[in-house]
Amino acid sequence: MKKVDVAIIGGGPAGLAAAIGAKRRGIENIIIIEREANLGGILNQCIHNGFGLHTFSEELTGPEYASRYIDEIKKEGIPFLLDTTVLDVTPDKKIIAVNSSGLIELEAKAVILAMGCRERPRGALNIPGTRPAGIYTAGTAQKFVNIDGYLPGKEAVILGSGDIGLIMARRLTLEGAKVKAVIELMPYSGGLKRNIVQCLDDYGIPLKLSHTITEIKGNERVTGVTVSKVDEKLLPIPGTEEYIPCDTILLSVGLIPENELSKNAGAMLSNITGGPTVNESLQTSTEGVFACGNVLHVHDLVDFVSEESMRAGESAALYVLGEQAATQAAIKLEPAGGVRYTVPSTIDPGNIKDKIDIRFRVGNVYKNKYIAAYFDGQLELRRKRLVMAPGEMETISFPKEVFDKYPGTGTITMTIEG
Amino acid sequence: MNVKEGIIIYDVAIIGAGVIGCSVARELSRFNIKTIALEKGPDVSVGASRANSGIVHGGYDAKPGTLKAKYNVLGQQMFERLSSELDFPFKRNGSLVVAFGKDGLPELERLMAQGETNGLKNLSIIYKDGLLQMEPNLNSNVYAALVVPEGGITSPYEMAIAVAENATSNGVVFKFNCEATNISKINGVFSIETTGGVFESHLIINAAGLYSDSINNMLSSHKLKIIPRRGEYCLFDKTESSLVTHTIFQLPTDMGKGILVTPTADGNLLVGPTSNDINDKSDISTTAAGLSEVLSKGSLSVGKLNKSKIITSFSGLRAHLGYDDFIVGEAPDVPGLINLCGIESPGLTSAPAIAAEVADIVSKRLNQAENPNFNPVRKGIPYFRLMNNEERKAAIKENPDYGNIVCRCESVTKAEILQALRSPLGTSSMDSIKRRTRMGMGRCQGSFCSMRALGIIAEELGVDITEVTKFGKGTNFLNERNKESL
Amino acid sequence: MQRELTCINCPMGCQLSVTLEGGDVKNVEGATCKKGIDYAKVECTNPTRIVTSTIRLKGAPLCALPVKTEAPIPKGKIAECMQALKGIEISAPVSIGAIIIENICGTGINIIATRGI
Repeated sequence: MKKVDVAIIGGGPAGLAAAIGAKRRGIENIIIIEREANLGGILNQCIHNGFGLHTFSEELTGPEYASRYIDEIKKEGIPFLLDTTVLDVTPDKKIIAVNSSGLIELEAKAVILAMGCRERPRGALNIPGTRPAGIYTAGTAQKFVNIDGYLPGKEAVILGSGDIGLIMARRLTLEGAKVKAVIELMPYSGGLKRNIVQCLDDYGIPLKLSHTITEIKGNERVTGVTVSKVDEKLLPIPGTEEYIPCDTILLSVGLIPENELSKNAGAMLSNITGGPTVNESLQTSTEGVFACGNVLHVHDLVDFVSEESMRAGESAALYVLGEQAATQAAIKLEPAGGVRYTVPSTIDPGNIKDKIDIRFRVGNVYKNKYIAAYFDGQLELRRKRLVMAPGEMETISFPKEVFDKYPGTGTITMTIEG
Repeated sequence: MNVKEGIIIYDVAIIGAGVIGCSVARELSRFNIKTIALEKGPDVSVGASRANSGIVHGGYDAKPGTLKAKYNVLGQQMFERLSSELDFPFKRNGSLVVAFGKDGLPELERLMAQGETNGLKNLSIIYKDGLLQMEPNLNSNVYAALVVPEGGITSPYEMAIAVAENATSNGVVFKFNCEATNISKINGVFSIETTGGVFESHLIINAAGLYSDSINNMLSSHKLKIIPRRGEYCLFDKTESSLVTHTIFQLPTDMGKGILVTPTADGNLLVGPTSNDINDKSDISTTAAGLSEVLSKGSLSVGKLNKSKIITSFSGLRAHLGYDDFIVGEAPDVPGLINLCGIESPGLTSAPAIAAEVADIVSKRLNQAENPNFNPVRKGIPYFRLMNNEERKAAIKENPDYGNIVCRCESVTKAEILQALRSPLGTSSMDSIKRRTRMGMGRCQGSFCSMRALGIIAEELGVDITEVTKFGKGTNFLNERNKESL
Repeated sequence: MQRELTCINCPMGCQLSVTLEGGDVKNVEGATCKKGIDYAKVECTNPTRIVTSTIRLKGAPLCALPVKTEAPIPKGKIAECMQALKGIEISAPVSIGAIIIENICGTGINIIATRGI
């Protein structure tokens, strides 16, 4: 069985940055295991621009952003396996992977989970109707159009106004299909304002908020959808049905962290994010197993994925080198009042270098409210936000000194108030 | 076999290649009988045999003395042998019929007595404590249950594919996309006009499922009417399959055996079906009301059903006759037309027994000897996901495509996809590959693997990627290259 | 003339009412901050976009090469730009940043490859 110091599962933006993070902290014996034929993960199909503003202060497309990291991996000489699927990761960090040359068995000192996420399929929505050809998740359609250069249909309706759905509305339109409408269940879009303007408004594509698809029609190919308005409980309102003929339906209805391997590794998962619960070092409940990127929680911006994953790589390196601080009593982070979850969910102040970023999402749209943090009931931080929305990840940073102010803290409560 | 002016006159034409037609085809191939199976769809098992509960029923439910009772009990006993000869999944996991109050007990006792009359020997009634020990995730308000150890689970389409492949290798010809449009009988020979050509035969086995009434009515003055009875289902992620180990029924009603909760032979959890008579035989749509009924009634048995773990929902149509039994036998006014009509539940369970009976009738009628070359064994595609690591190593060494995983949710390799494409029935749509390999049947439902699978199929068939279909004509995945319409 | 816009600078998405006179922005209402006013001015006088698309690729496992306009081009030129990309086919290898078409549609801006293949 081959031994490695750090094994990274997934060669997308998270895995690449994690590898660089581990390398910079002095780890030589690293391996990245990637399922596809190329490094870069989902970025390869995200050919639109808008990546990298935080990291590189310039606006890049997905493949360009990926290439910056891939170049770095190659320059650093970090080994990677392509076309190789990991079948199992055990709690004692043994990995079984497969490719066309056989089974690969590895024993790692640290494992970094960086498998990303997958899309919610139609089944998860239980949309009634027939099961014809022409129904795709937005990401599948993105692969068809951007990687292979084929359009899935001529007339599309898109369900869900998350960023992938919006981006695909523009892509299909530019390449010669007609997008009839984007349908959104919630009274607000889950996508960036910029995408609503530049992907829908620019091309006159209607966005129907508080609507959903209530029936799919067509026996062979999709022939149309029935769209209905929904009430405050998100239930369709009878009598509001509208029929929209189309031959294609794209679903952009949410992403689910892909954690089948994390479960094998014994990592405890959060019911809210679907990803592992991690501490300040991005370590899961299994010692020496770390998680970062969309497998941990779904991000909006790849820049944050890179930053988080770099830290995961550094933490894994410290763990391997035995340089992690002796564990103090961990502080529990408790989401409350509109904060749905936090990453991390526990903090050991001994392992904070200069500051720690707490990332979280809110459960609703809030205007002119405050994010507050209470250390065992004592208000430490209260910061105003003009607007917060479920589609936008929030970040609060605590400098290391804050923890010195509250020695022995048991719980930090994060909440929305005001 | 007679040859008339260059046209082959088959001894037997089977109309419909569902699990019944395919099973009959295999049984006939034990004899020197020239058989053709004509199917309107692009593959075997695309009608009722594709979308049903996949339950091998014990046989307590059918009224004693009916054909349903007879074939159910006979058929059920044949599954171990059949599944081992033909390499399709089958597990005798046992069924439980659950009553939620003391008032359900007389009905359980009646079912038990009925089952015993039908020939079942191991039935028993178990009460709350024992029941919850056996199935801890049942709701705690259960009162008692009938335990049916003979009950089992199989995969209906994998069974139909296995039986059909074995029939093909023993000489049966399968023709797809051949919908019978008119049948006449001239000089004792049936002439079957289909959308894929005209075929002639001495006998017809009408196994057309939902459309078996139309086939009968083309020839017989004893008219039949099949009512499509729709059942909707929800299929859950494999993570949920351990909720129950038995197939959990509730007490039956006039419309059928009610909503069941069962592990599937492939390791998912299935809940359904509803039961509604409809008019349109092609309407396999699901409805909001139906899906919500599935969940609410399923929750009566197992409250822990987690809606967010549903990976797909579907509906199937049962071929319901106006009265509560199968028709198995020759049409009274059309010698040579053997009707297998109204084969609804327990049709899947009964299929092997019905097929054996039909083969017996036909071989005697045609006075044909046994086929000395009949080989009862069919090997399915070796599935990577079911191999242990040593087997995997060996498989990859033999064929490196076994190391190329295309569908990650179900661990389906390129090797399996290619074998499915090259399988004896020669079907090549995405859904055909899916049913033969489970590609795209996992929790992501094909989001990741569709593109790679399309490429593999197109390359193997030597066609443009836009020509690959989901399930035959008009169901292409891709429309055109980017910018062609600009 | 009045124009209604949604500001794209942040999740607030301020609804901007822009008063135009002879093509010049006279007044912007509804902006919470200065960025909104700047956005409205540019968007009403000279709106530009980066266009990203694919062109056909030969001689590689992938059949589409991702490309983009090196800098934003006038919004009104997007359709013309797509037309110009329609017939283009290129053979691998291609390096990232390689110029595929110079001066697309007379904008003075090049189409470049965004992935090396």
